[in-house]
Formats: sequence, C-alpha cells, structure tokens
Amino acid sequence: MSWVNAVVQGILLGGLYALVAAGLSLVFGVMRIVNLAHGVLAVLAAFGAYVLGDALGLHPFLALLVVVPVMAAVGYGLQRGLLNRALGGGELAPLLVTFGLAIVLQNALLEAFSADSRRLDVGALGTASIRLGDGLTVGVFPLLAAVVGVLVIAAIGQFLARTATGRAMRATSDDRDAAALMGIDGRHLYGVATAIALGTVAIAGVFLGARSTFDPAAGGVTLIFAFEAVVIGGLGSLWGTLLGGVVLGVAQALGAAVDPAYGVLAGHLVFLVVLATRPRGLLPSAVTA
Amino acid sequence: MTDYFADNPLELGGTSYDVEIVVKDTQSDSVRAGEVTAELINDDGADLILAASTPDTVNPVADQCEANGVPCITTAAPWQPYFFGRGASEGDSFDWTYHFFWGLEDVEAVYQDMWSQVDTNSQAGALWPNDPDGNAWSADFPGVVSENGYTITDPGLYENGTQDYSAQISAFQAADAQILLGVPIPPDFATFWQQAQQQGYSPRIATVAKALLFPSAVEAIGDSADGLSTEVWWTPEYPYESSLTGQSAQELADAYESETGQQWTQPIGFVHALFEVAVAALTEADSVEGQAVVDALADLQVSTVVGDLDWTSGPVPNVAKTPLVGGQWRATEGGEHPFELVIVSNSEQPGIPTAGTVEPLG
Repeated sequence: MSWVNAVVQGILLGGLYALVAAGLSLVFGVMRIVNLAHGVLAVLAAFGAYVLGDALGLHPFLALLVVVPVMAAVGYGLQRGLLNRALGGGELAPLLVTFGLAIVLQNALLEAFSADSRRLDVGALGTASIRLGDGLTVGVFPLLAAVVGVLVIAAIGQFLARTATGRAMRATSDDRDAAALMGIDGRHLYGVATAIALGTVAIAGVFLGARSTFDPAAGGVTLIFAFEAVVIGGLGSLWGTLLGGVVLGVAQALGAAVDPAYGVLAGHLVFLVVLATRPRGLLPSAVTA
Repeated sequence: MTDYFADNPLELGGTSYDVEIVVKDTQSDSVRAGEVTAELINDDGADLILAASTPDTVNPVADQCEANGVPCITTAAPWQPYFFGRGASEGDSFDWTYHFFWGLEDVEAVYQDMWSQVDTNSQAGALWPNDPDGNAWSADFPGVVSENGYTITDPGLYENGTQDYSAQISAFQAADAQILLGVPIPPDFATFWQQAQQQGYSPRIATVAKALLFPSAVEAIGDSADGLSTEVWWTPEYPYESSLTGQSAQELADAYESETGQQWTQPIGFVHALFEVAVAALTEADSVEGQAVVDALADLQVSTVVGDLDWTSGPVPNVAKTPLVGGQWRATEGGEHPFELVIVSNSEQPGIPTAGTVEPLG
C-alpha cells in the first residue's frame, strides 16, 4: 500500500509542479526565453497575497483576484520594457537579464520583508484530507493544487488553440518575421504571453506559499523543479509540462519510498535520463507553441 | 554594542582603545564566510574575530582565523561539529580559535527528559536531513536513547528542499511513532507537518530543533505549531546578567523588543555574550596582541548573560559549555505575541526555573 500511496502523493505533487512550470513552459514555447526569475516571481506573488491578507484580512484565494491581474500587468510591462529589448541581443542576453532580475528581486524582497519565514493561511483547508483506503489518505489542498494545475494548463492550451490571439502567438513563435508580414505585432504578443505566464505564476505562488513557509530566498528550489518538469515533458509543450511534472513528482515520491535520501535524487536522475535519451522531452511540442 | 563601546573604551596595558566593530554578512554561505573573514583580517586588520550560528558559518570562519593566526571566538553551533568537524582531537586541538555552546549530549538529555513527561510507547520517528546537523544527530542519537528504552525509526537522511514526506509519514505510522524528533530547516518542517496532518500522522510529542528556533518560523507554521517542543539555549527567564551592561536576560530581551518591535530570539543572548567574552579575554590579556589574547582565552572563566562559561573544564580543549533546557511553544490568547516559549524541562540545569510541564499534542 505504501507504494500506491507514494505514487498517488507523487502525482498530486506533480500537478503542483506543473502548475508552477506552466508559465515557464509558455514563455519558452513562445519566445525561447528561459525565465530564470520565474521562481522569485512566484515568491513575489506569495508576498503580494501575504500583504493583502495582512492588511485587509483577505483569504489567499480571494487575494488572487488582485494578485493575478497585478502580476499579469507586471509581466506585460516586463516584456515590453525589458525582455523584448534583450531578445535582440542574441540567445544569452535574455538569460542574463532574467538572472539579474532574479537577484535584484530577491534582494528587494529581503530588504522589504526581512528573511523571516511567512505562510499564507488557508485555514482548515490546509490540513483537511480524504481517506481513500487503508494507509491511503490524500490532502484536500494538494488535490486542489493538482486540479488547478491541470485546469491552468488546459486553459492556456485552449487559448492558444482557439483564440485569434493564441493563433497569432503560435504563428509568431513559428516565424516571427513572416507573422509580422501578416500584420502581427510580435512585441505586443510577447507581452501578452508573459502577462499570461506571470498570471499563472501568481496562482502557483499562492499555492506554494500556503503549502509550506516561504522567504525571499525560496525561489531557487521552485525554479529547479519547475525547470525539470518543463525539460522532462518537452520544451515548449504544455501538456508535456504536465506529464513532466507528474513524472518528476512520482519519481521523487517513489525514490523516497525506497530511501528518503533518494527522493530528490531520483527526480534529478529521471531528468538526466530523459535529457540523455530523449533530449526533446517526452512530448515534444507539435501542436501548441 | 557600538554605543556601549563609545561610552566604555577598553583600557588595556595603560592605553585606551576605541573599539570598532566591523560587521560582515556571511549570508550563511560557507565559502563566503571564509572570504569575508579573510577581508576582516587582511583589509580591516581585525584584532579579534567573532562569529555565530551554524557549523556552516562558524567552521570556515574559525578555519580562516586558525590559518592566519588571529584570535577567534564563535558560538551558536553544537560543539561536536565545531571541534571534530574541523579535524581536531583531544590531543591535537586549535591554537587560535575558541568556542562556547552546548553539545549533542545536552540535547539528547533534554529531549529524553521531555519525552519522559508524556505517556508514550517509547517509539520515536526521526526527521533528519542530509546536512552536517542531520549527519551528526543520526550518528549519535539512536544509540544514546536506546539505553533508556527508546527506539528510533530513521527512514533515512533526506535532502533539504524535499517536497514530499509521504515516505517518512508512512514509516512513522507503521512504527506507531508517538514521539517525533528532528533537526529540519524551517520550510521543510512546515511542509512535513502539514502533510503529516493531511495523512493522519499525529505524534503525542514533537521535539524539533532548528525549525522551531525563531518565533517568526513558529508563527508561520500556524495554529498547528501549538504544543511543539524544542531545546532552549536562552530565554529572558535565564537567571543571568550581562558582565558588560549589567542587564538581566529579561532586560536584554526587553531592550531588543522595544528597539526592533519584534519578539526576542534565542541568538540575542549569545551574540551579546560573544562581546562579553571578547572584552573579558582582552581585559585578561591586557593587550590586543594575538598571542596574549589566546593565552587569556585558554583558561578564561566569565559569567555572561547566557551562563557561566569556563574554558578550563570544557568537554574538549577550546570549548566551553553553555546550559540547555527544554521548552514548548504555546499559543497565547490575545497575548503580546502569538506564541510564547514556555520552559518545561530543566533536568540538566536546575538553576533555570521551569514554567510548566510538557503538555501532550492534541
């Protein structure tokens, strides 16, 4: 039963990883930018929800109504003001810019909030659970996080497949110059893509901030697991990212069931094996961006 | 401290010295700790180096001082990783570096005293990470507590940053571990504790180091932090006073709270004590000359706000021990702070008053 338990908990954890990685995957798929500030931006969103909760007593999920649009606006501004300029400077420039941004943001958060750990209080939801059988109990909160992860990825997928903006985004991703000839403004579309990505990061940040404590330096681990999920699944493929998250989560949980020392390691090993044998990931991007 | 020294320059060997304190941030990074120590020695010309908190910070600082022949006083890391972790042995100790803190034997005694106050089946589950603390604890704890009939279930050392603890939780449930102990970092314990509740693991007593040190970390865990226990190195109730300012432990904590608006923390006393030891050693040496200072440190005895320190009777050379008791975090209704640390075990230090006994977890 403990193996079944490990797999179930791993799948739920994978859903959370996918939620965190969705924005990373989208940004890479559309612009080929690896956003190294992704983890810190999630922490920023968590702090945003924390401040709203502290000042107005808003439940973290209600705070999302404010944090998501604000982060989306930040994303649009960031893309138009900073990343679009960096895109012209070769492949390395956006990487360096986001790396620098991560350091600046982390230290700004440290300055503003100190190194104290915080947590978003979701009340009884945090510890509620559903008993599925002997020795198999799943927490309501991890389940919710996984469901939201799937919904976010499905929503982005539908957006890319069915809306005019989504189609334009894919077109720009395939060939920016040709898309521009058709009258598509790449700069604006990139801004929209980053806005969506940061909107999802805001949701992820709130879930991360409620499942454990966070501090300004918490973004690093977040980024590594999200990045691994994206690579395992296939760079730029959204459903691949979901699969990648689940593979990573299950690998960690199964590894830990053998010996806790192998938990994180098993995840890294799967990542390496996939990178070595299927460098394009398990589900290489075919349809979506 | 800067204010104190401005009013009280040190009189050594007939000369009045203004004390300049140069602060460097190690960012809890061992490489950086060594670098900034080198800067203090080479660029700032420091006569004495003080450092605190965790083997990762303390050891590289002390190593750098040892290599450069500069006196160094450190604290807030158990003495075993400080002493043995830096390759010393009884016969082959350090020339320039001195340390004061408690050791694993103290935390083992305190935890067992707290366990014995609660009715359990003597089965304990261990949450030990794969870091210097986790390695030291896992190597030492099981053998020591087995003498008193406790059995520790250790599923294995996990990596810091692990996101899923279902393996440990299943193992603890299978062993019916009514005692939980560990030395996890704060975010990992918060993750574990929430998952334990989701998956229905509820020990009767939890004694946890590191993660429950700071009130802010306990607050961040939320309501379920009520009743968690930890070892206590210093509280405002300690019956000691500063050899520099004459402040009692309570007055020192009050001064910190009124200045910062934040709840007192345990390291406050120890950082203050670092300066007490520094002044005592310099006064004893009556000079800022390095050799004279370490000669003074070698058999220094000084009463500080964290207790009586004595380098002549330490467990090993270069180390003086500080008292250790046990405490339980309790939620306060409408109190000044959401959680207060109540001393519940003083078996090792009867001179430090308790304010209650361990209450089992709900």
